[in-house]
Amino acid sequence: MTYFLQQLINGLQLGFVYALIALGYTMVYGIVRLINFAHGDVFMIGAYFGFYLLGRFKLPFPLAMVGAMLGCAILGITIEKLAYKPLRNAPRIAALITAMGMSLFLEYFTSLKFVFGPNYLAYPRPFPIVNFNLGGVTLSNIQIIVFGVAIFLMVVLQIFVAKTKTGMAMRAVSFDKQTAQLMGIDISRIISITFGIGSGLAGAGGVLYGIAYPQINPFMGVMPGLKAFVAAVLGGIGIIPGAMLGAIIMGVVEVMTAAFVSSTLRDAVAFGILIIVLLIKPTGILGKPAAEKV
Amino acid sequence: MNQTSFNNLLEVKDLSVHYGAICALHGISFELKPGEIVTLIGANGAGKSTTLKTISGLVKSSSGKIKFQDQDLNGIPAHKIAGLGISHVPEGRKPFSNLTVYENLRLGAYNTNNKAEIDAAMTRVFESFPRLKERLAQSAGTLSGGEQQMLAMGRGLMARPKLLMLDEPSMGLSPILVSEIFAIIKEINEQGTSILLVEQNANMALSIAQRAYVLETGSIVLSGNAQELREDPKVKSAYLGE
Repeated sequence: MTYFLQQLINGLQLGFVYALIALGYTMVYGIVRLINFAHGDVFMIGAYFGFYLLGRFKLPFPLAMVGAMLGCAILGITIEKLAYKPLRNAPRIAALITAMGMSLFLEYFTSLKFVFGPNYLAYPRPFPIVNFNLGGVTLSNIQIIVFGVAIFLMVVLQIFVAKTKTGMAMRAVSFDKQTAQLMGIDISRIISITFGIGSGLAGAGGVLYGIAYPQINPFMGVMPGLKAFVAAVLGGIGIIPGAMLGAIIMGVVEVMTAAFVSSTLRDAVAFGILIIVLLIKPTGILGKPAAEKV
Repeated sequence: MNQTSFNNLLEVKDLSVHYGAICALHGISFELKPGEIVTLIGANGAGKSTTLKTISGLVKSSSGKIKFQDQDLNGIPAHKIAGLGISHVPEGRKPFSNLTVYENLRLGAYNTNNKAEIDAAMTRVFESFPRLKERLAQSAGTLSGGEQQMLAMGRGLMARPKLLMLDEPSMGLSPILVSEIFAIIKEINEQGTSILLVEQNANMALSIAQRAYVLETGSIVLSGNAQELREDPKVKSAYLGE
């Protein structure tokens, strides 16, 4: 039982990191109907921003976190302006292929020696690890930070989307771009904000991933990116609480599979979930069948 | 009929619109004076909605001029045109179904953050549409067709526009609701908002408008005083079903 609880905590840790990535996928999809395959690489670059801010510049952890989020937000907005905006009225497949190209570009460009380099790097430890023993279950201060930061960011995001005028505008744009313009909403601005927020969250995820699984390289975003994408689909793509739920399920299932079945099957089970969801409920757990009242 | 330009709130001159190779509007001209209700009537596909969409910037014109308060609207993006005082209530009402009634109304006043202004605009909307007040927290997608039309118009009024453009407000509504909506349109106009009304229900439109233009496959074929057009034998047989 304690072993199960322990694995549950480990699964939640992974799930919360996935959630921070999945939110960007789902928000961007909600607004521009694009699967931004470069999103996992923004997560990777966020981890590197954290790496340099913590390791080289010796910034305290919270500042490094904010720095990585801002850096990724700017990166995400730039990617959208350069790569996706010119294709806004093109067939969707064009933007999708561009996203894949952007993903490969970010991976191989950052692998260059004068950028991040191709090697694995050990992530700096901003603070010593402290383990708390709770009746046989170990909870580390890193896990507490992962949970705390992730939950805090998700709550802030929820409030932002639900309560602010910009959040309302985001939901309106995701529902109907033409009519949103008639309200005076600048679509381009809302799209930029969405990319900025999504990328910033991925950046936070990158730093948390770095301190929790302290090894990074330029391809570290590929698998978490894919899993977070599956999580977003699992929860219902375009639905923010769905991404959180889907990601937590993905993280827990993955860790549980590794712990109780076989660690070689963890990815197979994760992607198996995607296939099953697509077969049974293609719109995802929280997805509604597309029906509109006219 | 032509007056000097500064008498017009809206002036459309030789406006042509193409969708690819298809010509939707063949150089139409019309104007709207401050305080007027002007209606564009015509059959399905005559170009009525295209005209409104071009004015609000959703559709680009291929040639011609649109002037609002003597300002040329050519090249101004749709979201900025909304800020100039033109509210376009689109065909099919298009509420943001995933948002609440309150949020829909709030977005109608997107260009302002002034709480007092927003509250005043909302109070005015509730005077015209008291039913919306009861439904504020409800998701807009759950409203009935008539309520959605009220919401769409209320949302349009939230920006306190000088010109309210209504596209087929009668569509899909029962005759009783249509009379109710048209009475409200008249009332809104009497409170000082100019109205450009696009309708297939020509009879209703002509009954509240001062002037009317008849569109046929992208051209204006008739225009004049709404009362006179109502008596015109051609209009009677083609649009009033008499």
